[in-house]
Amino acid sequence: MRKTCLNMVYELAKRDERVVFVGSDLGPGVLDEMKHEMPDRFYMEGVAEQNIIGMAAGLAFEGFIPYVNTIATFITRRCYEQVAIDAGLHNLPIRLIGNGGGLVYAPLGPTHLAIEDMALMRSIPNMCVVSPTDADEMTRFMDETLDWPSPIYIRLGKGGDPIVSDGQPVKIGRANLLRAPGDVTFISTGVAVGRCLDAADLLARQGITAGVLNMHTVKPLDAEAVLSMAAQSSILVTVEEHVLINGLGSAVLEVLGDAGKMTRVLRLGLPDSFSCTYGSQNSMMSDLGLAPEEIARRAAEALRGPDQTTQPDAPGLQRNAGN
Amino acid sequence: MNAQQMIEQAASIPLDERSRHLRRLVVEGLIGGGRGHIGSSMSLIEIVRVLYDDVMRFDPQNPRWSERDRFILSKGHGCLAQYAMLADHGFFPRQELATFCRSGTILGGHPEYGKVPGVEASTGALGHGLSIAVGMALAARIRKQTHRVFAVMGDGEINEGSVWEAAMAAGKHKLSNLVAMVDYNKIQSYGFTREVQDMEPLLDKWRAFNFAVTEINGHDVQALRDLFAGLPLDPERPMAVICHTVKGRGIPFAENKPEWHHKSNFDDETVKALYSALEA
Repeated sequence: MRKTCLNMVYELAKRDERVVFVGSDLGPGVLDEMKHEMPDRFYMEGVAEQNIIGMAAGLAFEGFIPYVNTIATFITRRCYEQVAIDAGLHNLPIRLIGNGGGLVYAPLGPTHLAIEDMALMRSIPNMCVVSPTDADEMTRFMDETLDWPSPIYIRLGKGGDPIVSDGQPVKIGRANLLRAPGDVTFISTGVAVGRCLDAADLLARQGITAGVLNMHTVKPLDAEAVLSMAAQSSILVTVEEHVLINGLGSAVLEVLGDAGKMTRVLRLGLPDSFSCTYGSQNSMMSDLGLAPEEIARRAAEALRGPDQTTQPDAPGLQRNAGN
Repeated sequence: MNAQQMIEQAASIPLDERSRHLRRLVVEGLIGGGRGHIGSSMSLIEIVRVLYDDVMRFDPQNPRWSERDRFILSKGHGCLAQYAMLADHGFFPRQELATFCRSGTILGGHPEYGKVPGVEASTGALGHGLSIAVGMALAARIRKQTHRVFAVMGDGEINEGSVWEAAMAAGKHKLSNLVAMVDYNKIQSYGFTREVQDMEPLLDKWRAFNFAVTEINGHDVQALRDLFAGLPLDPERPMAVICHTVKGRGIPFAENKPEWHHKSNFDDETVKALYSALEA
């Protein structure tokens, strides 16, 4: 997904002279072709995220569209004031590409796990937050970024994730329905969408129909789609590779609450805790109850009734008291 | 002239009528809003005066003219000085100054892009302006435009690490179309910079970041004109100008007084004293 995203920056740059790339200190060879073909629109600026965002703002003030790329934790946490003020307050068309959204960097530990990146970005006025589900969707989404007038945070998955987006056109702020709403309807974003499709298959074997709504854009949220799913399902289950505070699940609850259409909602995601283990994105997601089997089990349990639900063990994110 | 002489001379050069007029405009805003960063604005006056009167290309009727020189007041709290210049050059009516900080005004306590004609970026959070200026200077280079980018920072502001990230980038890209200025009045909010966070040796710092560096008496109008007439100082490097200034300059009872960094609630006697200090 990352490679696709960056290749698309190059493709967009060939099409449109306003496109510039600004990286921090990425791996060798990143966008080499672009660097050689258009050296005045390729910048690798070192480990200085605050300056990178400010510099991108300066370029955007002058009519350029900067695509800024570094690791998700560093492009969100490290330079938050620059993102809020330089990009958000000025409402400039800067694209923040965050490598390794969620648990992608599981082996590298909590400094590199972007577990609250969407919460941070979602809170900034004017900021759009997008978390494509696979490389195909990324390609279609990147076309949309050229003329979006405001800043966008683009959350990248690991890459090599199954293609599940079904060739549907991507419109920022418009969710894609992958499975028709059923007893249960999953609302998910990023690579968790694929897990929801698998969970829906598992539920089908139990005679439970399950819809899947791919909410690639977490902000602005497609409220119409959320309300429509709520009207057609017994329960909504939000699934995200993100803490449950101020992520997709929160956004869905806000829509339902504001519309006065409270329906049953089960939110699945990461606990309010830093990780204390390693492994892989996959193993960590399984540990935290985000494997398809666990998603299906909890959805079925929730469908049966609130008294039946249990909290999963979350060994990956439990720190011992006193540590 | 050495630095010590410049510091001493900064306080002693008499202000001409133009400098007093601009300071009276600052006081109009200050009284109108009932508050403001008076000390921080008064130390800036000659810097912005020379830039707007003698150096920069701009068109008040077309503030977004693409060939204009860009000016970013990175120390946004000194905005009354910039507002005075912008009003005086016709970017907006002078009467607006009296609405400073009031509900519905365009003139907030920090300058806002999109509200104030002539303001290039919203500043106030410190340590942002130089990075934005770096991006603007790069953009000018990419498009082969000849305008310059000026960024004015405070001496407390340059405590921010982001300023030095921006300085690294400016040096790396050899942005000779960029001028970074420090309003070195030697007092930050809490007190004297040498006690809060001494930035000396300040010229050496900028030099080490690959800037062409010079220092000047920031209240010496002719010296500032002469300096800017010779831009760029170095065709291969950005320029840093350390402006030795006096906080609160022009108001004798406020000069060099940390408590005049920001003031509010002026009684009649203080208002009278402020105007009286600026009479011919």
